[in-house]
Amino acid sequence: MNWGSLDNFLAMGGYGVYVWGSYAVTALCIAAELWLLAQRARRAERSR
Amino acid sequence: MATGSYRIEADLNGRGSLLLRYAAPQAFFPIAGKMIPWFGALAIIFAVAGLYVGFFVAPTDAQQGESYRVIFIHVPAAWMSMFLYVIMAGWAALGLILNTRLSGMMASALAPTGAMFTFIALWTGALWGKPTWGTWWVWDARLTSELILLFLYFGFIALTNAIDDPRRADRAGALLAIVGVINIPIIYFSVQWWNTLHQGASVSLTRAPSMAATMLTGMMLMALAAWMYSIATALWRVRSIIVERERDAEWVQGRKGQE
Repeated sequence: MNWGSLDNFLAMGGYGVYVWGSYAVTALCIAAELWLLAQRARRAERSR
Repeated sequence: MATGSYRIEADLNGRGSLLLRYAAPQAFFPIAGKMIPWFGALAIIFAVAGLYVGFFVAPTDAQQGESYRVIFIHVPAAWMSMFLYVIMAGWAALGLILNTRLSGMMASALAPTGAMFTFIALWTGALWGKPTWGTWWVWDARLTSELILLFLYFGFIALTNAIDDPRRADRAGALLAIVGVINIPIIYFSVQWWNTLHQGASVSLTRAPSMAATMLTGMMLMALAAWMYSIATALWRVRSIIVERERDAEWVQGRKGQE
């Protein structure tokens, strides 16, 4: 798959909002979960 | 902690069975810690490979154009939402039967990650549904049963958090988790049992997949990444749960300042 340009890649054939909306929210969820996990681990270590 | 009643679990001299030996939280804790970076690294490798194949190798779909590229998240997330629930219920059931401490901890460690994947499946489904079906949401069998799965995860988390005694919380949560398993075949077969807007499975064990090989490769790599990610996060979370629940135990106090 050759997109030709970054603009084409970001446009996703007119479906950019849907495709990138999916990937962005997934990335956000993963980042949030990892952050919460790190916090919890730190809290658990500190409290003992 | 009542060490006496856990003699079998805590028997670290190699006389107990391998399973029971590592079922002891204090034996599992360091093993989990060593495994997390490996599964984390594998998750990153599979995700990078999957995204590369998904965006730069897999062709444009003849019918859906580029909108289909949501599939590389949507399907793995939906699979994980169901797998993790079954594994969670399996650990919960094991805890009920064998009364091992680690089982309930594993069930609790899996629930948030399962809920996250369920949310992602629903979210990406909505964003895929809009351009292909013309609607974000319909109350059809597949979508509704997946939403019920999200509520089952929330219910399990809320219930186990509401009960102070962890072992009673485990048992109550286990009952809920086991009863909720009935929802999994309903989700899976919903597209066959009912007339739904959602398409049937593109990948099955009995038929050749109804998609291009490179699309399938990208999806499978992302599914592997989701598996590795889930294992890494569950292990990370269970380590916190172990410390939270056994902070007064000698072995937890003993490793203060280590690692």
